[in-house]
Amino acid sequence: MLSLIVFLPAAAAAVLLLVSGTAPRRVFIGAWIAVSAIDLALVVAVWLRLVPGGGFQFEQRADWMPTVGISYHVGVDGLSLPLVALTAVLFGACAVFALRETRRVKPYVTLFLGLQTVSLGLFVALDLILFFLFFDLSIVFMYFLIAGWGHGERARAAALKFFLYTFLGSLALLLGFILLYLAARPHTFDIVDLIAADPLAGGGVYAALTLFAVGVGLAVKTPTVPFHTWLPPAHTEAPATGSAILAGVLLKMGTYGFVRIAMPILPDTWRQFALVAVVVGVVSVLYGALVALAQTNLKRMIAYTSVNHMGYVILGVGAAGILAGTDEQARQLATTGAVTQMVAHGLITGALFLLTGVLYDRGHTYDMAAYSGLAARTPVFAAVFAVAAFASLGLPGFAGFIAEFQIFTGSLSAAPVATALAVTGILITAGLFLLAVQRLFLGPLRIPDAPGSPRPFADLHRSEIAAIVPLLAVATVIGVLPRFLLDVIEPASRALVELVAR
Amino acid sequence: MLLWWLIGVPLLSGALLAVTGRRADRAAPVAGVLVAVAVLGLAVAAADARPVVDAPLLLAGIRAGFAVDGLSALMVITVAVATLAVLVFSGGDRDLRTSRFVGFVLLFAGAMLVTVTAATLAVLLMAWEVMGAMSWALIGYQWREPESVRAAGTAFLTTRFADLGLYVAAGAALAGGVGSLALAELPSAPTPWLHVVAAGVVLAALGKSAQLPFSFWLSQAMHGPSPVSALLHSATMVAAGAYLLLRLIPLLEPTGWAGPLVAWVGAATAVLLGLVAVAQSDLKQLLAASTCAQIGFMVLAAGAGGVAGGALQLVAHAATKTLLFLAAGAWLVVLGTKQLGELRGAARRFPVVGVTFTVGAASLAGLPPLSLWVSKDAVLAAVLERGWVPLYVAGLAGAVISAVYSAKAVWFVWQPVPARTPAGARAADGRVNAAMSLPLVVLAALAALLGLLPTLASGSLAPAPAVWELVLSGLLAAAAIAVTWRSAARIGAPRPLASWLGLERAAHAVIVHPTLALARFLARFDDRFLDRSVDAAARATGAVARALDRRGEPLVDGAVRAVAVAARSLGRLARRPQTGQVHQYYAQAAAALALLALFVIVVR
Repeated sequence: MLSLIVFLPAAAAAVLLLVSGTAPRRVFIGAWIAVSAIDLALVVAVWLRLVPGGGFQFEQRADWMPTVGISYHVGVDGLSLPLVALTAVLFGACAVFALRETRRVKPYVTLFLGLQTVSLGLFVALDLILFFLFFDLSIVFMYFLIAGWGHGERARAAALKFFLYTFLGSLALLLGFILLYLAARPHTFDIVDLIAADPLAGGGVYAALTLFAVGVGLAVKTPTVPFHTWLPPAHTEAPATGSAILAGVLLKMGTYGFVRIAMPILPDTWRQFALVAVVVGVVSVLYGALVALAQTNLKRMIAYTSVNHMGYVILGVGAAGILAGTDEQARQLATTGAVTQMVAHGLITGALFLLTGVLYDRGHTYDMAAYSGLAARTPVFAAVFAVAAFASLGLPGFAGFIAEFQIFTGSLSAAPVATALAVTGILITAGLFLLAVQRLFLGPLRIPDAPGSPRPFADLHRSEIAAIVPLLAVATVIGVLPRFLLDVIEPASRALVELVAR
Repeated sequence: MLLWWLIGVPLLSGALLAVTGRRADRAAPVAGVLVAVAVLGLAVAAADARPVVDAPLLLAGIRAGFAVDGLSALMVITVAVATLAVLVFSGGDRDLRTSRFVGFVLLFAGAMLVTVTAATLAVLLMAWEVMGAMSWALIGYQWREPESVRAAGTAFLTTRFADLGLYVAAGAALAGGVGSLALAELPSAPTPWLHVVAAGVVLAALGKSAQLPFSFWLSQAMHGPSPVSALLHSATMVAAGAYLLLRLIPLLEPTGWAGPLVAWVGAATAVLLGLVAVAQSDLKQLLAASTCAQIGFMVLAAGAGGVAGGALQLVAHAATKTLLFLAAGAWLVVLGTKQLGELRGAARRFPVVGVTFTVGAASLAGLPPLSLWVSKDAVLAAVLERGWVPLYVAGLAGAVISAVYSAKAVWFVWQPVPARTPAGARAADGRVNAAMSLPLVVLAALAALLGLLPTLASGSLAPAPAVWELVLSGLLAAAAIAVTWRSAARIGAPRPLASWLGLERAAHAVIVHPTLALARFLARFDDRFLDRSVDAAARATGAVARALDRRGEPLVDGAVRAVAVAARSLGRLARRPQTGQVHQYYAQAAAALALLALFVIVVR
């Protein structure tokens, strides 16, 4: 079942490669939408059949390179399934959004389908090498998408920077994986076996180095301060769909790695260095929010809010590693909040990046100073953007609040000062999003004109609404009725908290 | 179930109207009034039945609990009445007959209903923040005006700044072992968490209620439409802070410091913002400052532990202030001005508005036997019971000041109509329609009589004010009105008072500007240092590569080539003896044999 979900997009991509590139673009995008819909339906089926708290389910395991302990091993639990679902939803939204894409549609769609397989595969992988393979391939696909469909020459530079920086990170990750492999007796790359074996239970320098390598590798991808500088140029130059996937799915690979690998396999070391994670998290929260506040380029601003939002996740997982003065309920709340935040950020920031794509499509600049009072011309766009902005600043009623409230409440006993500082992050994000809405949509109307005649500035098209509104609708449902999601996450986060505390 | 309906109906219908947008504009005002009537019915039923419901929210312990007890019963009815009055009134204002306006008002009211029925901190915080966001949408309703937009931002950010206190309080409650976050269990948190919870709650409540030092956002909020001000200043938003403090009196008590602190902040606000109100020349600004001052009495009551007095003050003030803002709004619609100087004679030209406004202002002044006269003394009685004489005196001073600003406003509107309409004012062709005057009349009756209810139901007001207290405050109010009436035109406006004590400028200087400066600095640091160091690392890698190419490669390649050259010359050497001539081979063989023989001899 899982293998079908993972490889269906890749199979579709292989078939599409045989179709002539001169075929109407609707063929390619229609195929992508169909594949995404089928994938989503399959994920829903898995969701309905998942037994919360039942550990890894829908497992499949086959020997791959048995001599070095590598196998094809996949499975889902309450930590990974929400992210698998998020991936399916976001790719579906991007497929619908791509209906208005006209440039070289065949390679565009096949690259996205490949990326879809890679992303889904990463979240179900239960073998370190399989995980690493998908982790690395995601960089490759995203590189081509940014370089090929971004905004010109600078896009290629940004793509190269993105590739090299994150590739360096993934090398650190590989080093950490090899250290884990060598520490385990018998040697294995299998995540489930490694969790059970807890090979570096004693701690020590070797364990610290392993966690450091894994941590740096994941931190680059997340990204946390100070490893985040690849993110703003990559986002600014990427096409809207690429940005949405980059922020919504690829960043989660980093944070997911913490809850799937770093915390359960290295529990002692994680507890030992949990304070480092807390500090890095808080610094990312405040630094990301403040730098975002100073931006004049809308897309850069949203990119920096990603640093801020991912900072909350790191704060939450760090707090989950501090046992002193905390009870299990608080740590579990922080962990659940961190996983919820991954989903919430994916949906909301995905929607925001698609909306900036709309803005660029109409006005050909991300500079906020070029616009004013757009609500008069494009009321639907303004309303949808305002909703997304308020969702992103953590307004109750949207998923982001559920996540951040759990992180704050759960982390406060573990790290009171750090959490109190992090709480101010939601005030700064509130300020910057209000400022953005105010600059773009309110006040007297002003649109960047092409020389000569004023450019038509159309409201959201039907396909754009169909792509963006469902993301916000899901974020609202999670915000109002979070139980369906939390029922899946909570048992898994309880298991994780117990693993970390052992 | 009843309670779910009570909060669900306004929230869902409001969301529906807000999402539908312009298509529903035609039906929105009527639909809004119908929903408000339904909510009022549900509120009365809930106040009677006192339902309790809950549902799981977060982890097993944290639930979404709602309950209606005595205080909540009072609040839900007040909220429902104020919402209904505002929606009926705004049906008479052409600019406000949109589904966006009606939808946001209903969402706002729904959020307030959730706030006052919430039994746990988690849902209270959710509703509390949604209310803030809705206030943004309503204050900025006229979004083409940069000033309203700015005011909306100020309101949202100021109140959210204070809301951070609730986030911290929730975390501290959990850390203190109150896993359910139930409001009733908060006082059982152990120290030091108890103090953190109390501090967070007090911060959030003072911010929402526009008490010192947060009062300035309410001044800005006057850029919103008048019905919005009526709603914001009466039963919702600012009242929420006072409600929260009244609800959590049991939490303030055990800390030792929170009660007196809250009481002093309330009393200081009552006096200082009262003076600010006296100095205003804009009717809405005057009313806004008076709201802060009157809420100050409720906060004072909460600090002194006087739930009954505080709640009575809240309800009486809600009716009075809705009335006054709607009257001011009616004049703004028909006359196009809210400047006191330009409103001379407004009451004479529009007598229904004038008379109802006067009733409201008299109540605000604390004139016997109107409702705020009783409620204020009920608050002060609670203070006196504590033996806090300085606070009692401050409260009386606040009461006298409220009589002054009320009289000042009334004096202006009852002046003779000036011969010439002042320049800039709209020609008085407007008419106050029935939709506007009906709520005014009803609210005037409520504002006048509400305070008498507890005196009828004897014993429900504890501690009840003594007779001498009532007489004293009544006499003081009458005297203050008499003095003001003679000198209203000469009341000056010292700069610090006219500018709301310079609070906004202070907030900008202390918080906003430093934050923006830090943000810009960090953005430059990010671009010029962090990013450039990464680029520099990349460039350095390239430089190393080029250096290796230029220097290292020739070296390595040179070594390889040297080996090759050496091998070739060796080969050339080895080729020399290979001449192909037999006699030379013989000679070589002889020489070799000779050498061998020599070697054997030497070695042996």
